[in-house]
Amino acid sequence: MLRALTAAAAIFVAGIGVAVAAGDAEHPHDHAFSFDSPIGGYDMGAVQRGYQVYQQVCATCHGMDHLAYRHLGEEGGPFALYMVRNHETGELEPHVGKPEHGGQFVDVTDNPYVRAIAAGVTISDVDPNSGQLTDRPGRISDRFRRPFPNEIAARASNGGAYPADLSVITSARHGGADYIYALLTGYTGASEGTLYENPYFAGHLIAMPPPLAEGAVAYTDPETPQTVEQYAADVTHFLQWAADPHMEERKRMGIVVLAFLIVLTGLLYLSYKQIWRNESH
Amino acid sequence: MSGPSTYEPKTAFTRWLDRRLPIVRLSYDSFVAYPTPRNLNYWWTFGAMLALCLVVQIVTGVVLAMHYVPHINMAFASVQRIDRDVPFGWLIQNIHSVGASMFFLAVYVHMFRGLYYGSYKAPRELLWILGCIIYLLMVATAFLGYTLPWGQMSFWGATVITNLLGALPLVGESIKNWLMGGFSVDQPTLNRFFSLHYLLPFVIAGVVALHVWALHEAGQNNPAGVDVKSKADTVPFTPHATMKDLFATGLFVILFSVFVFYMPDALGHADNYIPANPLQTPPEIVPEWYLLPFYAILRAFDFNIGPIDSKLAGVLAMFASIGILFILPWLDTSRVRSMRYRPIARQFFLIFVVVCIFLGWCGGQNPGRILVPATFSSNLSWVEGGTVEQTSIRATGAWEDAAAAAEADLRERGATAVAITRTSPTEGTVRGVFGGTELTRQVRAPTQDELEVAIGEVKTEVGDAAPFFNVERHIPFTFTVTRLSQVLTAYYFLFFLIILPLLGLREKPGRVPDTIAKPVIDGQVQGAS
Repeated sequence: MLRALTAAAAIFVAGIGVAVAAGDAEHPHDHAFSFDSPIGGYDMGAVQRGYQVYQQVCATCHGMDHLAYRHLGEEGGPFALYMVRNHETGELEPHVGKPEHGGQFVDVTDNPYVRAIAAGVTISDVDPNSGQLTDRPGRISDRFRRPFPNEIAARASNGGAYPADLSVITSARHGGADYIYALLTGYTGASEGTLYENPYFAGHLIAMPPPLAEGAVAYTDPETPQTVEQYAADVTHFLQWAADPHMEERKRMGIVVLAFLIVLTGLLYLSYKQIWRNESH
Repeated sequence: MSGPSTYEPKTAFTRWLDRRLPIVRLSYDSFVAYPTPRNLNYWWTFGAMLALCLVVQIVTGVVLAMHYVPHINMAFASVQRIDRDVPFGWLIQNIHSVGASMFFLAVYVHMFRGLYYGSYKAPRELLWILGCIIYLLMVATAFLGYTLPWGQMSFWGATVITNLLGALPLVGESIKNWLMGGFSVDQPTLNRFFSLHYLLPFVIAGVVALHVWALHEAGQNNPAGVDVKSKADTVPFTPHATMKDLFATGLFVILFSVFVFYMPDALGHADNYIPANPLQTPPEIVPEWYLLPFYAILRAFDFNIGPIDSKLAGVLAMFASIGILFILPWLDTSRVRSMRYRPIARQFFLIFVVVCIFLGWCGGQNPGRILVPATFSSNLSWVEGGTVEQTSIRATGAWEDAAAAAEADLRERGATAVAITRTSPTEGTVRGVFGGTELTRQVRAPTQDELEVAIGEVKTEVGDAAPFFNVERHIPFTFTVTRLSQVLTAYYFLFFLIILPLLGLREKPGRVPDTIAKPVIDGQVQGAS
């Protein structure tokens, strides 16, 4: 009788899986990113372009409080500098982003690219001589510039909505990078008052106007298309890196750790069998 | 059980030490010479994994505490700093957060093992109770630790749980405020939660020492549940059990590493990456996976029981679900330990395991979610055309009588539809339609919300053509997550309170094979060492 009950319970439970209520927001589609697979790293070109999109578009409203400009040039960062020996001339040449093989990492304090990025930003700070608030060019130790001095100012400029901090945005949303990409490319074009229709956003109406437009950001690389889809993919790539900057190191270390553990566990198994070989149990 | 010590100090120093502090002797007797039943299976290897988990959590936790800042404005940022800037901080933080889940995974297997093989029965009642205390401390520690990153789920989880204690009669409110250090979850709460989160693991370590002591006094149970008869039934703990535990722990660490390196966030909630905001409640508040079954039991009580309101009933049931484990040794009346030889109890046990898993599933779902498709329907009737007559009602006696009289009056005069609106306890209006054509329509929907939408659509469609509608709703019985939780909760308590006590008296145990009733090897001890 109990067996029958158990079987009945199993059938009932299987039925539950079918009766799924319709969710509010549309489920984002899987977008193929290079970091999806367990061994996949970041496409640093995409992260660099994504930073450009963030800097020129998103940063007008969205802060990234947990990132500093130096993070861009640290190992695993999009603007990390390496010195690579040119095999023809024998000279050491600078290379932005991790080279395929070799390369000597240049400390971020000596990285002219990151310095230039930081210097291009105006930071409000206390003048060390007068004690008054003043503007100065950014330093690599500065956190990403905040677009608004506080949340009230941010809401006042955005019709009451608060542009979320983007430091860990791909971790902070169900669906992660796929969600961000779907949201950025999911605008239907319709709007209601100051809200814009986007099926991927809970409630389908979002206060953020469609941020990306074709050709809005001028890429230096002529081969990369300047489309909304490309911008969205690039900035998502950048945001994923920003939320999880040690992912490549983590996955690399994981392979070594797992390989070690598998060998160790194999040896432990053999030792165990050896010790118990004459014991009945 | 362990018998007289067989340790012999070999060097002058150990002989000197042994006379003054026989710590090497204690370790030797406990972890080397300690006789272990030779028939232990892999379910017995989880104790070693739990010891590892405790050490890993304490070591990583102490390092994290060096970088963490228990302040409501800085806690979230300090965890980000650990992840980004502290050398290998991302690794330590991942190990600590995944470690909590792995700790609970191992402890649940360990507990189900104890349940199945009757490891709580004499003479191991205290061993079991100490284990229950450790588990309770683990739950408290994990809950406190989850608040520290000060994300949305941290804050709201802490708010929900501390508010629960407020449901206790008389003292609840005081306990709640005392725990929070104020009237809401705030800086004092975070500060004391951090302090307690640092303290409790060492209390756990202390109780673990008692747990191991009690284990070594009573000796290990074994899959047969039959007491060890002679030395021939056992092997020395080292190297036999040690190496088997190490091998199983190796497999466990592989699983651990897969999570740490490839899915560090898979067991957490995305909302905890949003800094805590006391002004914005997240759409769903759920605890970590390992506490979901208790959350489901808590939410199963959506009804009052006499003077006990639903909230208090839920809280009491939740605590009772753990509390009942403490008295389990006296609830189970069967004298047979292992369910291997209890064919009926074994089936009830397997259902119990499934029930616990599904309670966990329920805990993570929206409690109102409908599991078995149901049809909500509504009949709308209205009159198009015709003339409307409106009069006000002023009740001198009971409102119902006055309303019924007004309605009867209009009906008598030939009204095709009547609607009564009450505006105050004694006043209202009655409207009647004379002439026109009567129309009806039925709408159906799978949920109540969708039904209301459908009713609204009909009203908009008909619009001004009809002055009012009669809406008759048919709300069917719906089997929601809450109903399922109630069934599962009932089984949970039934298992401990009715099934185990009665079954033990009535069940005819299976026959223990001779090979087990007698020592495995007749007197011949074949040592490998």
